[in-house]
Amino acid sequence: MTINKSEIKKIAHLAHINISQEEADQVEKKLVGILDLIEKMQEVNTESIEPMSHALDINQPLRNDVVTEIDIREKSLSLAPHTEKSLFIVPQVIE
Amino acid sequence: MLNLSLKNISQALEKKKFTSVELTQFFLNRVKKHNPSLNAFITVDEDKSLAMAAKSDQLIQSGKKNILTGIPIAQKDIFCASDWKTTCGSKMLENFISPYNSTVIQKFNDAGAVNLGKTNMDEFAMGSSNETSYFGPVKNPWNLDYVPGGSSGGSAAAVAARLAPAATGTDTGGSIRQPASLCGFTGLKPTYGLVSRYGMIAFASSLDQAGPMAISAEDCGLMLDVMTGHDSRDSTSINRKKENYTNSLDEKIDGLRVGVPKEFFGDGLSVDVQKVIEGALKQYEKLGAKIVDVSLPNNHLAIPAYYVIAPAEASSNLSRYDGVRYGYRTKEYDDLMDMYFKTRQEGFGDEVKRRILIGTYVLSAGYFDAYYLKAQKIRRLIANDFKVAYEKCDVIMGPSAPSVAFKSGEKQEDPLAMYMQDIFTISTNLAGLPAMSIPAGFVDGLPVGLQLIGNHFDEAKILNAAHIYQINTDWHLRSPKGID
Repeated sequence: MTINKSEIKKIAHLAHINISQEEADQVEKKLVGILDLIEKMQEVNTESIEPMSHALDINQPLRNDVVTEIDIREKSLSLAPHTEKSLFIVPQVIE
Repeated sequence: MLNLSLKNISQALEKKKFTSVELTQFFLNRVKKHNPSLNAFITVDEDKSLAMAAKSDQLIQSGKKNILTGIPIAQKDIFCASDWKTTCGSKMLENFISPYNSTVIQKFNDAGAVNLGKTNMDEFAMGSSNETSYFGPVKNPWNLDYVPGGSSGGSAAAVAARLAPAATGTDTGGSIRQPASLCGFTGLKPTYGLVSRYGMIAFASSLDQAGPMAISAEDCGLMLDVMTGHDSRDSTSINRKKENYTNSLDEKIDGLRVGVPKEFFGDGLSVDVQKVIEGALKQYEKLGAKIVDVSLPNNHLAIPAYYVIAPAEASSNLSRYDGVRYGYRTKEYDDLMDMYFKTRQEGFGDEVKRRILIGTYVLSAGYFDAYYLKAQKIRRLIANDFKVAYEKCDVIMGPSAPSVAFKSGEKQEDPLAMYMQDIFTISTNLAGLPAMSIPAGFVDGLPVGLQLIGNHFDEAKILNAAHIYQINTDWHLRSPKGID
């Protein structure tokens, strides 16, 4: 299993993480080893096996859409790096 | 106050031999003295802890006392606690103060327990040596040159060095049991869904589970009594009748069928650790258990499947850290995308970034079926192996970790060697089974843990088996020298 630097840059872009050339070099070596480890899975035939997403195979419960939490708007806003009035401020995205 | 069981502390508080304030101050003093060398705590706040203790003393005075009322508990810094910093071991959350309590914290608060502080951990619980923490590595109290294990390494060092009577941890691939093994105390990962994940910072949501870390099985049972219960705020929380985990501790284990999987004794297991584990199994035979051979033929696929599933879920869970609503934001940026990219480059450590990249890769177009779906199918094979094994036995036993603690820095540059630390613990997370690690001996002065794995919801059964072993041995009562 191989992965090259341009693929690493592509997945870093998908993950929204900046990656320097130096970091890409380091990551490449380690990722190849990890992907080789993962590759072992392909030795086993799993054709008729049902995928398992929950350890106890339970389904998502449903509940009525009612207000259950107290209002923590001010507290929540106070955690943000930049707010104005009741808004989270980010760089302008629409001209 | 040192080395008392939770039950004995509780009785002493009730009989007014000491107050919760005195007890809490005693442990805070120990933290102050030993934390500079161990680095077990990220946040300690004497005033807050003592205020909680004073409140607990009032409860005790007025006769409204639960078993854990007034007892200080160290909380892994993955559990949101309102008014306390919750960092998850990351620069990303260095100054994050949660607006609400996690269910686990709320339950301890409701029981009148005292929050002794927030313990160090691998960043976002990703690691097996507590060396990926942004707040520096934790040291093993048995030998400061060695790692405590991870990711719950701070809680582990705190319990082992008796800086706290007990602590909480979380276990996604072994993060309670491996440090319990490496630091020589008792730790339990419950059945998936038994303890609420609400307010517990997510790593791999289909595997994450919180549990107790304490000196004995009895202590773990008392904590589990507080921690469990259905929670409608966690959609994966199991809705079933709450059990009692201490009533059956003393039941005889005559005829208990102990399954020993041959796959746990192959390559990778240190010969010295194997000898200790074999000794523990002989002890169980003396106590009336019957050893049965079982097989977990797909165990060697557990690590490969885990390193698809866990990073995939992590890459999704950690996408929330974008520098907009809370947490770290980079200082200089040109536009929104630049802000996201730099924030995540600077806010996450190397191991976390590595796992996000793996997760993004295995979920990306063209690879989903070959990796993620394949891993989920292997997950079922692994779970099925356990089902077959439990037709022949009641409890499965083996080593918790392949070796005793290793030296700091030894595996830091080799992620694959680090991942192998969880070779005996990961399969139970994939299958959602309860499992614990209990002290069973030493190799060169470093502790060895025996792992007990139960069928789903068999916490009481494995606690019973562990307790019977512990009332007949004293490995769990040994504590490291030089930490007075």
